[in-house]
Amino acid sequence: MNDLFRIIKDKYVILTPLFLIIFIAQFEQYSQLTSSGTFGSALRLSIPILLAGLGGLFSERTGVVNIGLEGMMIMGTWFGAWGGYMYGPWGGVLFGLIGGGLFGLIHAIATVSFQVDHIVSGVAINILAVGAARFFNILAFDGIAFASSTASPRIEGEIGKFNFPYLSGGKIGENETTSLLGNIENADIFLVSDVSALLLGFTSNISYFTILALLIVPLSVFVLWRTPIGLQMRSVGEYPSGSESLGVNVYLMKYIGVIISGCFAGLAGAYLVLEGPNVYLQGQTNGRGFIGLASLLFGNYRPFGVLMGAGLFGFADALQLRSEEAIQGLLVVVGVFLIMLTIRNISHRNVRGSIGTGIVGSLFLFWYFNSTQVPIQFIYFTPHLTTLVVLSFSKQKFRMPKKVGVPYKKGELN
Amino acid sequence: MKIRLRLVSFSAPIIALGLAVGLTSLILLGIGKDPIETFKMMFEYGSTGKSLVSVLNRTIPLYISAIAVAVGFKMGLFNIGVEGQYLLGALLAAAIGTSFAIYRPIHIFLIMLIAVVASSTWAAIAGYLKVYKGIHEVISTIMLNYIGTGLIAYLLSTVFFDEDEKNAIPQTVELPESGRLPSLNNVVGIEDLPNLHGFLPIALLLGLIYYLLIWKTTLGFDLRVTGANPVAAKFSGVDPKRLTIIAMIISGAFAGLVGMGPLLGYFHQYTIDFPPGLGFAGIGVALLGRNHPLGMLLGAMLFGFLERSAQILDLRGVPKEIETMMSAFILLIVVVFYEIIRRYIVTQQIKDASKKVES
Amino acid sequence: MNKAISVSKITKSFPGVLANSDINLEINEGAIHAIVGENGAGKSTLMKILYGMVKPDSGDIAIFDNKTVLNSPKDAIDSGLGMVHQHFMLADNLTVLESVILGIDKATFKNINLKRYTSEITEVINKYNLNIDLNKNIDELGVGEKQRVEILKVLFRGAKILILDEPTAVLVPQEVDELFNNLRDLKNNGVTIIFISHKLDEVLEIAEDISVMRGGIMVNTVSADGISKKDLAEMMIGKSLPKPPKRQSSISTSEILSIENLSAVNENGKKVFENISFKLNSSEILGIAGVEGNGQREIVEAIIGIHDYETGTIKLENNTIDDFSIRERLNLGISFIPEDRQAQALIMDMSLTNNVILGRQSLAKYKTKLTTVNLTNAAKASESVVENFDVKTPNTGTIATALSGGNQQKYVVGRELEDNPTLLIASQPTRGIDIGAQALIWEKLRNTRDEGLGVLLISADLEELIGLSDRIVVIYQGQFVAELQPEEITPEILGSYMTGLKK
Repeated sequence: MNDLFRIIKDKYVILTPLFLIIFIAQFEQYSQLTSSGTFGSALRLSIPILLAGLGGLFSERTGVVNIGLEGMMIMGTWFGAWGGYMYGPWGGVLFGLIGGGLFGLIHAIATVSFQVDHIVSGVAINILAVGAARFFNILAFDGIAFASSTASPRIEGEIGKFNFPYLSGGKIGENETTSLLGNIENADIFLVSDVSALLLGFTSNISYFTILALLIVPLSVFVLWRTPIGLQMRSVGEYPSGSESLGVNVYLMKYIGVIISGCFAGLAGAYLVLEGPNVYLQGQTNGRGFIGLASLLFGNYRPFGVLMGAGLFGFADALQLRSEEAIQGLLVVVGVFLIMLTIRNISHRNVRGSIGTGIVGSLFLFWYFNSTQVPIQFIYFTPHLTTLVVLSFSKQKFRMPKKVGVPYKKGELN
Repeated sequence: MKIRLRLVSFSAPIIALGLAVGLTSLILLGIGKDPIETFKMMFEYGSTGKSLVSVLNRTIPLYISAIAVAVGFKMGLFNIGVEGQYLLGALLAAAIGTSFAIYRPIHIFLIMLIAVVASSTWAAIAGYLKVYKGIHEVISTIMLNYIGTGLIAYLLSTVFFDEDEKNAIPQTVELPESGRLPSLNNVVGIEDLPNLHGFLPIALLLGLIYYLLIWKTTLGFDLRVTGANPVAAKFSGVDPKRLTIIAMIISGAFAGLVGMGPLLGYFHQYTIDFPPGLGFAGIGVALLGRNHPLGMLLGAMLFGFLERSAQILDLRGVPKEIETMMSAFILLIVVVFYEIIRRYIVTQQIKDASKKVES
Repeated sequence: MNKAISVSKITKSFPGVLANSDINLEINEGAIHAIVGENGAGKSTLMKILYGMVKPDSGDIAIFDNKTVLNSPKDAIDSGLGMVHQHFMLADNLTVLESVILGIDKATFKNINLKRYTSEITEVINKYNLNIDLNKNIDELGVGEKQRVEILKVLFRGAKILILDEPTAVLVPQEVDELFNNLRDLKNNGVTIIFISHKLDEVLEIAEDISVMRGGIMVNTVSADGISKKDLAEMMIGKSLPKPPKRQSSISTSEILSIENLSAVNENGKKVFENISFKLNSSEILGIAGVEGNGQREIVEAIIGIHDYETGTIKLENNTIDDFSIRERLNLGISFIPEDRQAQALIMDMSLTNNVILGRQSLAKYKTKLTTVNLTNAAKASESVVENFDVKTPNTGTIATALSGGNQQKYVVGRELEDNPTLLIASQPTRGIDIGAQALIWEKLRNTRDEGLGVLLISADLEELIGLSDRIVVIYQGQFVAELQPEEITPEILGSYMTGLKK
């Protein structure tokens, strides 16, 4: 029992909002907070962020900061759209990966071989990617209907989707089965229905691309922690000179890490296209590359942590798309949570902290009581605001690779 | 010797330009267009009187944006949020600036002041988040860009909405006469050409202020020292927290003025169509110009020239996006070469010094 | 008896410093052989040469009677050498097992056979009786455990000769005992051990043969039987200590610096320094003697304002400055020559003129009423420094990195003395520079001291410390253990306090 209390005390930052959300969701107008539709959307919207975050993971684990994830994702969207148009949806997946990887290579050359500042290179790559996408689009689709400099023509066909039989009403052979989880969700039982809504969201209408992306998470864990190459990559980001003295090829490891990160970001972009409108659109990525970086920080540089972070941001994204009323409910959640933090700050005699959280918390509650709906323009930046808020309150010590961002010169034995 | 090294460091952008032209030519050949013809077209179109005016007009906001970014760079801070900062500043300046009409110089000054206050406050948020929450400014400024865009959209359709133009795109009420900057044509004697924006001298003045601030003041010295060697800076008494916030505020202040050229010169109001992208372009110009007041001016003019001369391309069957690519190439290549040449120069200086000392 | 290592006529010099001069050394197979000497005696350079990290200018090395040329650590490893560095080369994010096997497998995507490795390494652990948990993370380990991991790393790669560089510098007494037991077990299993240290008691306890280095030369190699601490200390430090020059006693009684009960702990709760109290008067040089890493650097940084302290008071000329920022303290007339001139005292890519302003940016001399930088004054000051301190540079616009180390140091010292400071803190002021520069700096320090300056001097160079100081305090493990007058110092006394023998 004591153990349980201790766990709750440690993780209250995550658990409290969770409980608040479930509680608020019982009210009719906020029911979308915990509907299977929302959770399904959350899953789909979290995948690009997840892939981008995993990309960031591989790069930073070898010590290279990759701000260019956004640009590599953009390349993924264009190459995914083009590949999909030319060779069908899975062609899009493949080309998206290649496109992103190409830009990863550019970043690797600039930062590892030429020792350009990591962030400068990343920024330059983002700029290059926007221009390149526009340009390639004009080039490839000149004259084809429904194409412009900002959009590509539609891809025919879709990546297959999948429903769990019995649990989510998937087909066995030709017969439909019942959706057990769906029935429980509709029964409206406190907590139980919410949980089955969650499970239903994750097991119905799942695309194979989603499954592929999710499999990359345990795959990343395997590669990084169970293979020699993963071990060498991790050591290079932490202690490059020590690793070199043991015979590790530091430059090569960095190259591999950065190229992989480009490939993953490219996959993220392809996913945005293929699981979305099936076309490349300018501005499609909408900052998700950076939100991916945020989930990397949130997840403390571990694949399953990134998955959680991506899930959180995906959830914010999903709410924003599906239900404006639900966002209103979030206001209460944030407000009450901040008030609770204020109480805790006061009990810890943290004056400055309690004033800060107290004021902001009250503002949120005030806002809630004085409006019926959060303005739609604000809703659009829910994920970005969530990113900032989450990063601000993440108290854990960031277990960042020690030498991330530091240019490494071969033979630098200290 | 110093002159020789100066020339060497100038060579980087020129080499980059050359390589970029080369790469672009290859691409042009690949799509079946004649590179020489293309460049000739661009150059001819770009050097007409009309075009030169347009180039200078484009240079104004690009230059100021680069300065805003460069202030951060000098300290090792990456203010990617100039984009959101300048748009926010422009909106508030346009919206509040229409509510009164007074003696023109004062009116314009107040408009600029509002923009500066708004944008530097927005930038300060990122500074605060970095110092007190440890959030890297690249992420925070980019997130703030998106949040700012949302805020702007909201304010534009509600608080600052022009009721009389209900059926058009959301816009603020137009600035009265006293809030507009006249063109320079009469002054310079080019009446037959399009308007040369009056903000140009102010832009150049801002360049001068940037130079004085960074290279002549103690604050600028602290900034440069922190950017070069944060440890030594700390040992010399610099307070990194305080300096970070100050640097972000100053950077944001310059950012606010980015939109003033267009606003006061021809737009006269803020709408959804207010010129975007100047914040990001400024990053490129700052990198190209290596944070140097003159270098960035030349860089801004180069990008302005490329943008303008590319307009002819569509009409002649060459996709004008080739220019975006070329600009991006220039940027990426120049950044690599600056690093190479920087190292070469340092090695040369060491060699020279030890030679001189031994003699 | 077979020779594990034979070193013959090894010489190595760096710019301005002759680190190893004509070194001859023979290490018997299966022996525990200690190499002792003060900081700067040349031990580390010799070890780096043995390990392939540095190439000697001339001389030969034979390992197990095979003449060998070592071009990289890998060559050394292949020859059977294993180095356990003083600063552990361990990545904090790996487990012990991972750290040991890093680099052994080729970089592929194949599964690491953890089971096989675990059993193989456990065999080694059991064979040599090392107490290590393979699954712990490196950052969870105590210092003694980390050291055992380093030993395990090299043993697992087949090392037959172990080189341990100052292994007990970071250990507490119990860990030292554990280490020595491990070393004896290793020896009994045929491993040759080279043990570098300056802690004489320990050396006498564990070693069979002892070689003494001093000033870049190999003084002598003796058997541990029948040699005393006194003999060793004398060989290490040299029979003749620099005689402090006769000076007129001009120590004034006006107090410049007063430190009372200063204590600080680091983030792990370990004491960095404890109950430090002392006073410094004007016209006085107070030297702090001690092996590096015993807290002296942190004390000095606390005075400047860089390092925090939990208790205690610092008073400068009777003003309490505990709440003052770094800049405020510097402006009160504190000058600081930090240990690492390139990282802490200079902006390498900036000109000398710009560098002269560093540390005094907000003084009226360099900051006009308009808050602009007074480059004219800076240029003048720069030229003054260059002239007074004989800094060899083409002009004051040259960037700092173009100067040699000695000239850089002279410039830094000159800058710190240029504005008539009240208190000067000098940390290793003549480290790594040529003799001419060193002599000049010493002369300047003496002169300014005579003119009223109070100096806090930290130095690992005993000649410098004894030659310059009016008083010497010895620090050991964060506490002052002795206060001595230079006239009464003998090598034995100083050595004993510095290595914790006397209290």
